[in-house]
Amino acid sequence: MNDHNISISRSQDSILATNKVLKNTYLLLSMTLIFSGVMASVGMAINLGHGAAMIASFAAIGLLWFALPRTANSTAGIPVLFAITGLLGLGLAPMLNHYLAINPSIVSTALGGTGVIVLGLSGYALTTRKDFSFMGGFLMVGLMVAIVAAIANIFLQMPVLHLIISAAIMVIMSGFILWETSSIIHGGQTNYIMAAASLFISIINIFQSLLHILGAFGGDD
Amino acid sequence: MDWMAIGTALMLGAMLFLLFPRVLHAVKNSPKGSMSDWMGFIIPIAAIIGFVILLINMV
Repeated sequence: MNDHNISISRSQDSILATNKVLKNTYLLLSMTLIFSGVMASVGMAINLGHGAAMIASFAAIGLLWFALPRTANSTAGIPVLFAITGLLGLGLAPMLNHYLAINPSIVSTALGGTGVIVLGLSGYALTTRKDFSFMGGFLMVGLMVAIVAAIANIFLQMPVLHLIISAAIMVIMSGFILWETSSIIHGGQTNYIMAAASLFISIINIFQSLLHILGAFGGDD
Repeated sequence: MDWMAIGTALMLGAMLFLLFPRVLHAVKNSPKGSMSDWMGFIIPIAAIIGFVILLINMV
């Protein structure tokens, strides 16, 4: 009887811990998304150039790879995450200005579409509670192939390949949202800063890919 | 080719280099998915593809 009570208590503790990670992750994610949107607006208002945007993106990736893993287990990870998301938001500014000049509905449609996709995927992973841990290898290999194709296309400059890469990135990042959410639900991811960073990167990549795809069919490229 | 294209290629190359050990780890340690597991991934992805086609027609 005592063992049974201890087991129920541990399982309740585990559920409470999972819910806390989920709540903190989505709270931090929503705050970083708002901050990134504000920084993108600032970049657009000052008409940030492509060079400065590229430097901001490089700095964000540097922080993501080298600073965040070292600070994610302390509160120092929160300002680092805000710095990463703010710099990535700034990095989006020239692209947003470009698409706004062509057709403003592309940006609003991509923004709304990304919101629907992310909410749909998160809702699907949370309600079905499926374990997507089996997708880890597939997603990582897919990401590597997409990066190799993106490097090749810098030299080949093929618009069709650019579209294929954008579509592939959308599928891979959608998979990463399912994988990360399932990892939080099943206790694999207990660090809400790393979880929010991972979800943010997936969301921003889905948004950029959707912009490219809609831009290609809406009068660009 | 301008310096931005070269910079992007270098950054993506660095990402590949940093990502490679994680890819190896993920491939070696990921559990195998059953047919129903994969269907649980394919169905939402198919819905997203349909949704993107709808968005393309809206723009």
